[in-house]
Amino acid sequence: MKAISTPVLAVDGLRVEYPLANGTVFTAVENASLVIRPGEIHALVGESGAGKTTIGNTVMGLLERPGRIAAGSIHIEGKRFDPTKGSAKDVVLGRDVGAVFQDPMTSLNPLFTIESQLTEAMRYHLRLDKAAARTRALELLRAVGIPEPERRLKAYPHQLSGGQRQRVVIAAALSCNPRLIVADEPTTALDVSVQAQILKLLRNLADERGIGILLVTHNMGVVAQIADRVTIMHRGKVVETGTTEEVLRRPKADYAKALIGAVPRIDQRLDRFPVLGEEGKGRADEARTELRARAEGMDEAPSDAPILSVENLCVDYITSGWLPGSRGHSFRAVDNVSFSVHSGEVFGLVGESGCGKTTIANVVSGLVRPTAGRVLYRGQSIAGEGATRRVGPLRQAIQMIFQDPYSSLNSRMRIGSILSEPILFYRLASSRTEAERDVARLIEAVGLDADAAQRFPHAFSGGQKQRLSIARALGARPRLIVCDEPTSSLDVSVQAQILNLLKDLRDATGLTLLLISHDLAVVRQMCDRVAVMRQGMLLEQADSETLFDAPQHAYTQELLSLVPTLDRIRGETKAA
Amino acid sequence: MKTLASSPGLLFRLGAPVSVILAAILVMILVTCALMASWIAPYDPTDLASFELMNAELPPAFTAEGDTRFLLGTDNQGRDLLSAMLYGARVSIAIGGGAVLLAATLGVTLGLLAGYFGGRVDALIMRIADVILSFPTILLALLVSGIARAIFPGAATAEWAPIILICAIAIHEWVQYARTVRAAAMVEAAKDYVRAAKVIGLPPWRIMLRHILPNVMSPVLVISTINLAAAVLTEATLSFLGVGMPPTYPSLGTLIRIGNEFVFSGIWWIALFPALALVILVLAVNVVGDWLRDRFNPKLRVKR
Amino acid sequence: MLKVLLSRLGQAALVMLVVSAVSFVMFRYVGDPVATMSRENASVEEKAELRRSLGLDQPLLVQYGRFLTRTLRGDLGISYRNQRPVTQLIAERLPATLELVIVATVLSLALGIPLGVLCALKPNGMAARLVQALSLVGISTPTFVTGIVLILVFAVTLGWLPSFGRGQIVSIGWWSTGFLTASGLKSLLLPGITLALYQLTLIMRLVRAEMIDVLSSDYIRFARARGLPSRYIHFRLALRNALMPVITVTGLQIGSLIAFAIVTETVFQWPGMGLLFIQAVSFVDIPVMAAYLLFVGLLFVLINTVVDILYAVVDPRLRARSA
Repeated sequence: MKAISTPVLAVDGLRVEYPLANGTVFTAVENASLVIRPGEIHALVGESGAGKTTIGNTVMGLLERPGRIAAGSIHIEGKRFDPTKGSAKDVVLGRDVGAVFQDPMTSLNPLFTIESQLTEAMRYHLRLDKAAARTRALELLRAVGIPEPERRLKAYPHQLSGGQRQRVVIAAALSCNPRLIVADEPTTALDVSVQAQILKLLRNLADERGIGILLVTHNMGVVAQIADRVTIMHRGKVVETGTTEEVLRRPKADYAKALIGAVPRIDQRLDRFPVLGEEGKGRADEARTELRARAEGMDEAPSDAPILSVENLCVDYITSGWLPGSRGHSFRAVDNVSFSVHSGEVFGLVGESGCGKTTIANVVSGLVRPTAGRVLYRGQSIAGEGATRRVGPLRQAIQMIFQDPYSSLNSRMRIGSILSEPILFYRLASSRTEAERDVARLIEAVGLDADAAQRFPHAFSGGQKQRLSIARALGARPRLIVCDEPTSSLDVSVQAQILNLLKDLRDATGLTLLLISHDLAVVRQMCDRVAVMRQGMLLEQADSETLFDAPQHAYTQELLSLVPTLDRIRGETKAA
Repeated sequence: MKTLASSPGLLFRLGAPVSVILAAILVMILVTCALMASWIAPYDPTDLASFELMNAELPPAFTAEGDTRFLLGTDNQGRDLLSAMLYGARVSIAIGGGAVLLAATLGVTLGLLAGYFGGRVDALIMRIADVILSFPTILLALLVSGIARAIFPGAATAEWAPIILICAIAIHEWVQYARTVRAAAMVEAAKDYVRAAKVIGLPPWRIMLRHILPNVMSPVLVISTINLAAAVLTEATLSFLGVGMPPTYPSLGTLIRIGNEFVFSGIWWIALFPALALVILVLAVNVVGDWLRDRFNPKLRVKR
Repeated sequence: MLKVLLSRLGQAALVMLVVSAVSFVMFRYVGDPVATMSRENASVEEKAELRRSLGLDQPLLVQYGRFLTRTLRGDLGISYRNQRPVTQLIAERLPATLELVIVATVLSLALGIPLGVLCALKPNGMAARLVQALSLVGISTPTFVTGIVLILVFAVTLGWLPSFGRGQIVSIGWWSTGFLTASGLKSLLLPGITLALYQLTLIMRLVRAEMIDVLSSDYIRFARARGLPSRYIHFRLALRNALMPVITVTGLQIGSLIAFAIVTETVFQWPGMGLLFIQAVSFVDIPVMAAYLLFVGLLFVLINTVVDILYAVVDPRLRARSA
């Protein structure tokens, strides 16, 4: 570490408030302090609502009205900075503080060329003329690793890929030689391989140019990979701060311990996630036993035949043409994929976005029709060649849970009606009262109180909604549940609870799960067998242990080496 | 005509500013007066026997030559202007409301179908909508009422004119509902709760009515409020142009048309009072509609 | 580019086909052309002869085809009311309407855009609130009421401006213009303002809404984070994004101005196409109605197509997709 150099950023006792309509004040950040030295990457982590983004915005001078700084100070390179005014005596935003946002798709103006957006700040802050600014823009594009910079300068944002756009955004942040960059979730919208490149770029900027970086993120793996120091926030307060190794390996605060414990590990499989204060287990076991009894009643004699087989599945998406009969472009989303899932196991399907995994989930659950190939449920074709119409028990047998808990429950219906809909539709209850009793059982089985039935979805948190979504799927008494990214929009501690719940339900009722995920660590923790997909094709499938310990395909190996995880902490000498 | 404009209490709970609540109360008062016209109007303007030509063109009661019997003066036939306005407002509101109801029913249905099914159904409905939208409301309405008059001679009578006007206005207005509902239904149809309903195997009509419709209703209510104002204006314009309500059974627009002929002779009240009533009514509805639009959906815009 | 153009032209052709079909149906079925065109006491034979000579005994599609070819040759029939070729009538009235529409468009854009920007930038300022409130009055006041009030104030009471007609006009070839004389310009003022007012409020409200939308976008936040001066962010960056939809709407507005000219022309007895049309409607003068519909339809389609192509030229995203 460098000796006593002036910190590029010193936040001291910061308090940010939002006055609310009812006259009270919401404190988004309370007494937060942190220091960033040149060449240091300081990660600010926490779950949603922790206040980390508020700090980022405040330092960037983008604190939205009516938010206000109620106490504390911010110094940038030792100069006091008044973010309410946007600029202080010697600190100029954009020149001394660079900003990188989360979504590269929306942070560039679609109507202006890359050149114009890169050079405007230099021309304004550094008073460069057009030619000089252009030369410098070319240097910057090269520095952030964009091929053919001359050509890219004339391009418009939509002509670049997501990763390239994020590089342009970083180049723009660098354009006036700032000493500090605030990066707010800079890789959250990107795929693993692009994420790895962008993280490497940020690390290089810190190491080679001595820039201090405030990295706002929720991803512990990212923190482990590139941060020097970490500050963990919870509900507006700093709960722990220190070097990355200290905080991640030996957290002191209870919340920090729980948060880090909840991060799924990729190096070894645990039985359950350690979780702080799990939601009501109370009557769950009893309810689950009942579910199990019911499920067994439905099951046919156990056999070795797979519960689900996907055979040579192909799905084309055709954008329909303007005139009737005319064909637009066709795009092969799934290309000749075969696999089978055995009764009672958890089968994982992993890959980056656009690899076709969700399309397969949709075909299996009957939302999308295949172009070729077929899907068999217990030997009977349910999609594609020779498929029988999915009605009654066949339809009931396969249910689904979804990614976004906020949209998976109809906000205009009470939980009771939502959960009883499949029960009544499949005639699984002889009367409305019996259906109500079933609903109460289901709600208890997913660890909530039965009076939830009376309320509307907005009364529940994301994790609770996901529990209710699971309860709805269980209501149909399925044998197979397709889980499409069930935890990827949840905070990590909630994710741990939901994954535990899925495990418990599987153990209690003998369900089969088809788990679709982009998160390798989640897959490792949950699945018995795993298949890896890329660009519509299935590259490799194997037992979970085999796949993670000795991946065969080069792509799998690459993915595994790129994914940021807690077991590879920067600066830590590899524990033998 | 069940728009949000008619419920000040609800607006209050939504945190509307005072001006909006006052506007909503004003709408309620105006609508009530208009609906109860036959009880509160001092004279019956539809009873031809009650007018006397010697009372014609009397100025309002508060002017020097005014007659206390006629608060707002009389028109060219000796009809009490206030009574004619109350009855006229009733006609205007009924036609406006009818047009909104027809347009909303048609537009919401087609929009739901287009948004849910997509593909050919969507392309067909939206193509029709595009063609209609490339013509302004007023032109389309003029054409419909023009053609109707040419086809059946009875079109200009008091019985048929309102129905023709309602159709003439609704033929353009439904497009806005259809477009909005389609866009909203497409968003909703892609959401996971609809996917969940499909996985369960619910039939499409049930998914549309039970799941999607309730979630697209708030923009529909907002549009209905704004469109009520627009429909009242269109009706007034058509009547002003002489292709709307006949002078024997006038709407506010017809009254203004009658008054317009006297503006040059300094008889200003026959045109001005109905015009004022019309503007106040429409403005009050618009104040509420405008606020609702900002409140519920800042992206929704007026188009015609 | 070619693809956008082709799809636009296809749609334009479709619209014109629909419009011509409606026109044709009106022409053919609304009212009886034979009854209107033959003498008062024509015999049955004479009527049959006229029917034949008009081609009314032919199959429907043939009649439609003939209607189309006649129309394309510029023959739109004879007005029932004043027994003159409809094409000639429209050509006479066209300049009056177009000049009115040009004045109104310029007025509404020149005032609407700056006012909209003002309201978006300082949404809580006094000026913005006043403009917002006035704009509500603007969209709540029907064109004819605006016209009547303007006449009452400026023509009847103050006597400053004429209340009807075009004043002195100058003929340049077949075009007659009011732009070149003082009385012509004076006459344009009241109807021009009347026609512009409603459009002005619409443009202003649209610009305001778009601008507010754009100002809260990520790329404007990113521009702020780069420390660019707010004047540059507002007027060079955000305004350009905000004006994109204004292009489309202005196109639609010009079409709607032509239609609304009907009302303005009625109030001000302005001798344009709108007055011609409204007179035709009250006399059930079908050829004039049909011709007006065809002609206005053609204008709308032309304007919309030009606007769409313009849009594709201005927006790099569309430019690239079609390249």
